[in-house]
This record gives sequence, C-alpha cells and structure tokens, in this order.
Amino acid sequence: MLGILTSSVFICVHLWFSSTAKGEDRFPPPEFRTTYQIPQDQFPARSAPWWDYVDSGLLLAALATAVWLVFYRRSRREVMLLTIFAVAWFGFFRKGCVCPIGSIQNVTEAIATGGALPWVVAVFFALPLLFVLLYGRVFCSSVCPLGAFQDLVSWKGLHVPRWLEESLGLLAYLYLGLACMYAAAGGPYIICQYDPFVPMFRLNGPSHMFFLGGVLLALGVVIGRPYCRFLCPYGVILRLLSRLSRKQVTITPAECINCRLCEKSCPFGAIRLPTTQDKPLPVSAGKRGLISVLAVSPLIIVAMAGVGYLAGPTLALAHRDVQLAQAVMQQDAHAVMPVPDEVKAFRDTGGTAEELYAQLPMLVRRFRIGGALVGVWMGLAIGGKLIAYSIRRRNPDYTADPGTCIACARCFMSCPVELKRRGLISELPVVEAMGKP
Amino acid sequence: MNRREFLRTSVCAAAFAAVSGGAGYLVTRKSTCDGKRPCDQCPQAGDCADDKALSWRAAQPAAWQIDPYKCIQCGKCATTCVLKQSASRCFHAFAVCGYCDLCTGFFEPQPNQLNTAAENQLCPTGAIVRTYVEDPYFQYKIDRDKCIGCSKCVKGCTQFGNGSLFLQIDQNICVKCNQCSIAINCPSRAVRKVPIATPYLLKSKTRTS
Repeated sequence: MLGILTSSVFICVHLWFSSTAKGEDRFPPPEFRTTYQIPQDQFPARSAPWWDYVDSGLLLAALATAVWLVFYRRSRREVMLLTIFAVAWFGFFRKGCVCPIGSIQNVTEAIATGGALPWVVAVFFALPLLFVLLYGRVFCSSVCPLGAFQDLVSWKGLHVPRWLEESLGLLAYLYLGLACMYAAAGGPYIICQYDPFVPMFRLNGPSHMFFLGGVLLALGVVIGRPYCRFLCPYGVILRLLSRLSRKQVTITPAECINCRLCEKSCPFGAIRLPTTQDKPLPVSAGKRGLISVLAVSPLIIVAMAGVGYLAGPTLALAHRDVQLAQAVMQQDAHAVMPVPDEVKAFRDTGGTAEELYAQLPMLVRRFRIGGALVGVWMGLAIGGKLIAYSIRRRNPDYTADPGTCIACARCFMSCPVELKRRGLISELPVVEAMGKP
Repeated sequence: MNRREFLRTSVCAAAFAAVSGGAGYLVTRKSTCDGKRPCDQCPQAGDCADDKALSWRAAQPAAWQIDPYKCIQCGKCATTCVLKQSASRCFHAFAVCGYCDLCTGFFEPQPNQLNTAAENQLCPTGAIVRTYVEDPYFQYKIDRDKCIGCSKCVKGCTQFGNGSLFLQIDQNICVKCNQCSIAINCPSRAVRKVPIATPYLLKSKTRTS
C-alpha cells in the first residue's frame, strides 16, 4: 500500500515537472545489487528476401507455362490447373501482393517523383506486358490471381451487347487514369485500396470490400469476369498491347470452316463473328461516319478535360493534407469533441492552421491539372472507341478478338477442326456456305 | 510481309523495347527528392523525414516503420493493418526502462493490487511478462506473439514513465504492402519508409545485439 502511495506521489511529481521534457529520464535506470544484466531487445530481421526471387521466378514460369498450354498443348483442362495454382499461390498463399495491377501506381509514382522502383515491382509490371507483346493476354488467362479467381466461378457467359460492353469498358480507362493521377499527385493508391478480391485472399479486410468482391464474384457466375472486362486498369494496357502481339490465339488450329459451333463458347464475348454479305455497308456511309467521329473527337477531348478540371477540388479531397485541413477547419469552427487524433497530432507538431491552409491552393491546382489530364485520357479513350466502332474490317472467319481474348482456351474444344486434329471425330461436319462472304 | 504487317511488327518491337528499357531505367536510376538531389548524396540517406513533402512515399526500396517519437498511441495500428493480428508490435528498450514496481505500462490506472492478476493489467492479451528482479525492481518483457499492437502499454509508459515501451512494425511479420495500410491511417503520420538496411526506428538509448 505504501508502495502504491509513494509511487503515485512520485508519478504526480514527475508529471508536474516533465510535462515539457521527453521524459526518458523520469525514472533513473536502477543500479542492480544482484548480478542481473539488462537484456537486449531483439529486433526480428526482415522476412527472407529470397521470396522476391521466388515470386519473380514463379511469375516467369507461370507465364511461360501458360503460353505452352494455350498455344502448344491447346488444353483447357491444363490451363484450368494453372488457374487453380495461380489462385492458390499468388492469391491465397502470397496474399495477392505484389501484383502487376497495383504496380502501375508504383511505376507512375517513380516516374512522377523521381524515385527509384524496387526491382521486383518492375519485374511484376513489365513481365506480363512483354508476354502480351509476344503471345497475347496469357497473363490474364491463368496467371493473374484476380482473373483466375473469377474464371473459376465463371459458369455461364450471358451475352453483353457490344455497345454496353464498350461503354462499361470505359470504367476501366477511368480507373486507370485516376489511379495514375493519384499515384503521381501523392494521393492514395486506389487500386490497392479498392482491390475487390485481395480481402478474400487475406481472409481479412474492410466489409465493404468483401461486399464488392462478393458482388463481382456473384456477377461473374453469369457474366464472365466482370472485373477484368469492366474495371481492371492493367487490363486496359494489356488490351491495347495485345492488339500488337506477335502470336495471337486462334480458335481453330487450321482453317475455319464457319460451322458456328464456337459462337457461344466464349463467356467473355471475345469471339468476332465473320462479316456477312447480307448486311453490306456502302463505303460512302462508312466514310461519312468516320469523318463525323473524327470531327467530334476533339470536342469530346476538350469537354472531358473541362469536366476533369472542374472536378479538381473534389478529386483533391482524397489527399491527406486536404483531409487534415478539413478536419482542422471543422475543429476550429465547431470545436468537435473529442478532438480527432489527426488534429491533435497536427497541433502537437506546432504547425498552424494558416500554414496548412496555405498549401491548399497548390494542391487544388495540382488536382485540377491532374483531373484535366485524366479528362484528356478519357476523351482519347472515347474517341478511339468511336473510331474503332465506325471502322468495319472485313473478317471472313470466326476469330478471337486480339484485344478482348484472354486466352482461356475455352473455345478450342468447340471447334470440330480441333476435335478432328485430336482424333476425337473422323469427319468434319458439312457446313452450308450461308455465312461465308 | 505486307505494309500493315510491317507496321504492326515495328510498333510491337518498339513497345517491347520501351517496356523493358523503361523498367530497367527506373530500377537502376538513382532516386531523388522531387527530381533534385540524388538520395545517395543526401545526409538523410533515403530516410527522408521531411513530413510535409514525401515522407510516406517511396524514395528507394524500403521498409515501413513507425517513428516512436511521432507515435501518439491512438491504437489505430491494431485495427488498420491488413493482417488480422497487426504487424505493429510493442518493443521494449530495456536500457530506457526504470524497472518500476508500479509500471504504468503494465498496470491499469489505480490497480487493486500490484500483482499479475488479469484485472490489474492494461494489456488486453496478457502479452507483458512481469518478473521480479530484486527489491524494488521488476522486469517487463513483451511476448510479441501475443501482442496486438493496441499501444495501451505504450501510452501508459510514455505518459507516466520513461517511455521504454514503443511500437514498431515487426519486419518479419510485415507483408510489405505496396502502400502500408497503417501509414495511410496513422493520424500523426508516424509511419514512413526507411532504408532496408536499418529497418527499425529506435528509442535513443535502445541497445541492439
């Protein structure tokens, strides 16, 4: 009892005197009479750095295997096994981090701020892109844990009309633009914060993200891979580069016989139907359409840039300093109780509200410029889509669209030419030449 | 090879070179503060403490760590880490410790008795091991496997004691998120990137083995 009393008095006295001091000498270190030695605390070393090598090596191996399975084995079942491996390893075991989708932000930030990029992030960013330039989107097919996760639940592929597909696809462009803008402007990494499946891989996360992930998975049962098609920011880059790829997925291993059997086999709407003769389009009409689109595109770009510029102050709300300034302002105006932690911490650093507010115009200007750039990007995306929509290419066969095909190998087995190659059927079906131009 | 094919091949080759070359350049170039002085010529050597500018952004490959002198013991570390049991854990600088009988990091304010009964302890998980050394001194050791990083003990110790207990991100547990979830939620911005070689931010008198 006496002990408590003396200690309490001691504490009170010390509190009194040490209100300004850092307080590390409130109680002098004891001089031990026994042989007691002051232990040294252990600071655990960083978890093994060779994980970086393992991850990069496995990414390379998985991409190479995917190419082999899709192009040389042409086996959906084996692609499926790789898909399961990707979900298990890159998803549940490695917790979905580091991932190529999120690495976009690191790359943008490194470019914008002059920082260096950790090599493992660079590998994760660049390897899938290099593979896309050579072999199309094999990364999406069975290496990306997010895509693989959705692929495993994909049961039916309801047909999404092209106009809807393309307009929803713009969301991904917007997501990519905003993510790059925030990464460059010192804002949050929105791709990582709003990653719908990583909370599931980690079995831990904010409930709204679980909800979003659940909704996307449920949608994915009937509409193939909704995240990949309509949201994935990395997918935007992959889609663009995939059109340039050296080798592209072909539905049939040899000549297309226009049997229409593969028509419904793609749950992701990536099969381009042959252009038929019964809907010929006069060249003049096509030209007129293209010219009007080319005339409208600059207007769209300017308009979107304007919208982005106006949205600048709203976009800036996601920046930490703006949020802090808001909290301080709120506190000054209404004396919010209890005082929020960040306001208390800010006051403790001795900063004044004026100094904080003085930064706001600079930040708002930064986000206005960023918003305008995102607007220009969106204008370009819309313009590009309109141009692509107005150009009609002659396409004699059923082909996998190089941009949207994610090389899942689903369509292969619906092709009778493939079945014959494998010796599963002996005769090709007789096809009436109705659709053939 | 027709004209279209040739164009496509050249654009593809150019894109291939750009992606690999760009990534290589970003990895090998010297990091700078806002494009000015290279970090390896900076006296702070990448441990950029400039709070207003880029403290929580990458200057070079680094580890996330809590600055114990900026930590205000709000307890958000325990709940905002992506891990179920936060990677932020309590560490003890024994050299700073006063070995108090009435340890304000160990005991509730106004404890019934100075013993290890659960109702007297601040720690919700019983992660602090109190052992008798000699009259009137007691040693306090953290069982870090039990620690959830709630900072209750750190607060008690910092407010009323020497502040020998402090929070650090256990580098063996940290999953090294792209952008640390604790860092973006820390109200005092105490979490920043530090060089991998020295991944802990210690109390001034801490001795490490």
